[in-house]
Amino acid sequence: MKTKLTLSKEYIKGLWENNPVFKQVLGMCPALAVTVSALNGIAMALATTFVLVFSSLIISTFRKLIPSQVRIAAYILIIATFVTLVDLIMKAQFPSLSKELGPYIPLIVVNCLILGRQEAFSSKNTVFRSVVDALGMGTGFLIALFVLGGIREILGSRTILGLQVLPDFYEPWLIMILPAGAFLTLGFLMGFLNTYTERKKRLEREAILKKHIKPISDTPINTVEA
Amino acid sequence: MATVTANPTYKLELTSSPHVHSRWSTKQAMWMVVFALVPCIVSAILFFGIYQLTIIAVSVGFAVGTEAAIKYVRKRKITLNDGSALITGLLLALILPPNFNLAFVALGSIVAIALGKEIFGGLGYNIFNPALVGRAFLQASFPVQMTTWEQPNYAVDSVTSATPLASFKFDAVGTELNTMLIGNIGGSLGETSTIAILLGGLFLIAIGIVNYRIPLAMVIGVILFGGVFWLVDPAAYQNPLFHLLGGGFMFGALFMATDWVSSPLQSKGMWIYGFGIALVLILIRLFGGLPEGVMYAILFMNAFVPLINRYTQPTVFGGAK
Repeated sequence: MKTKLTLSKEYIKGLWENNPVFKQVLGMCPALAVTVSALNGIAMALATTFVLVFSSLIISTFRKLIPSQVRIAAYILIIATFVTLVDLIMKAQFPSLSKELGPYIPLIVVNCLILGRQEAFSSKNTVFRSVVDALGMGTGFLIALFVLGGIREILGSRTILGLQVLPDFYEPWLIMILPAGAFLTLGFLMGFLNTYTERKKRLEREAILKKHIKPISDTPINTVEA
Repeated sequence: MATVTANPTYKLELTSSPHVHSRWSTKQAMWMVVFALVPCIVSAILFFGIYQLTIIAVSVGFAVGTEAAIKYVRKRKITLNDGSALITGLLLALILPPNFNLAFVALGSIVAIALGKEIFGGLGYNIFNPALVGRAFLQASFPVQMTTWEQPNYAVDSVTSATPLASFKFDAVGTELNTMLIGNIGGSLGETSTIAILLGGLFLIAIGIVNYRIPLAMVIGVILFGGVFWLVDPAAYQNPLFHLLGGGFMFGALFMATDWVSSPLQSKGMWIYGFGIALVLILIRLFGGLPEGVMYAILFMNAFVPLINRYTQPTVFGGAK
């Protein structure tokens, strides 16, 4: 049996180690489509987190009652309930934001991040643990969408959260707020993050090797005894 | 027991494509291309003024600088003397509008080398033509500045301040074909003068650096596809000659589509590739929202090159009949 992580680690793993966007590559559709500005990214991530946390709560509560043959249908039903809630609340309270996010709010139903967490986690873990996991994943999603949206907003419209940060002579790169900009930004971010993690892993491995293995000998490698 | 020591003199060198089946080394061929571009540079200065040299200098400078910087960061051998970064910079400058903002030129040049070439692993690994990647990036980022055309120096009237393709598409105003042949029209730096382009392009074909099949297929394709529409309705569609002389067609056909790395390897594939570009180009020019589509047509077909190569592989000698 796998050893259980402590609760704080369960939360923290969603931020970085298992970051939904950068590491699991889940929820790409909203991550690429709505991140034209940092605010849109935050709003999207908050809506997704709300749905994720509450559906995790319900599903892990009923995990023993839901027959495994119809579990996907049951999950979708529960998720859809919360998505409808979010959709209606946003329409009532933040009409402009809701208009900007358009069809992507109802589309949270089919966000693979949410269904993925239910399948992989909530259906097998206790209620409390599932909620902590959902909060961690939601925060990771928030970080990713904020970074993506922030970079695209700065380069594409020289503002961040509506505040101008780049001088007037900087001509905004329209490509950054077009879909191509989303792919470019995400690609670069993932590239840099992977390079960083690989490097860290390699250094750790080398440190362990150095500790345990003595150099064999000083014989030149290209000399072969025939 | 004898001791065998590996001989350091002989090494098996593994290098990436282009492995060109010709007497030219990559380096020599690249310099020949630079030489062939001289007429275009001259025509750019002639029609748009001496200031255009700064665009060329900035573009080349940033292309070479970016290449060196990336090679240095990735701890690879710095291969500047093969001239490929120089050519990318030069080609990019020649397909930008006259008097273009120098900061944008630099950005385009960096994108062309970094995103167009080095991110795939450097010369020989790039899927798309690097100079066109740079231009596509600029086109998407600064659409207004990229379609602001300076009037050429010897303009007869103010109409020519738009490109012939744009004035036909948006205002239904035609342009004299002989003016377009000489190049006294609005357009990107090096693409206006068909004569200058042909001079350099035919030179490259003659010495065997550029394969004649791709440009020929493109010309035949444009005459064919453009001709059909012209015959159907000569008033609404321009005649094929206009398409051949207008915009960046000649420059694209001779210098862009024939890029060794991003074009097909087999003769049959080259024909398919050339016709494909012509078809996409005519569709964009006649039915698309943009007046010009050589860049997108070539980039579009670049994406198909691996597929074309796979399906045009010749049978191995002695293999299945």
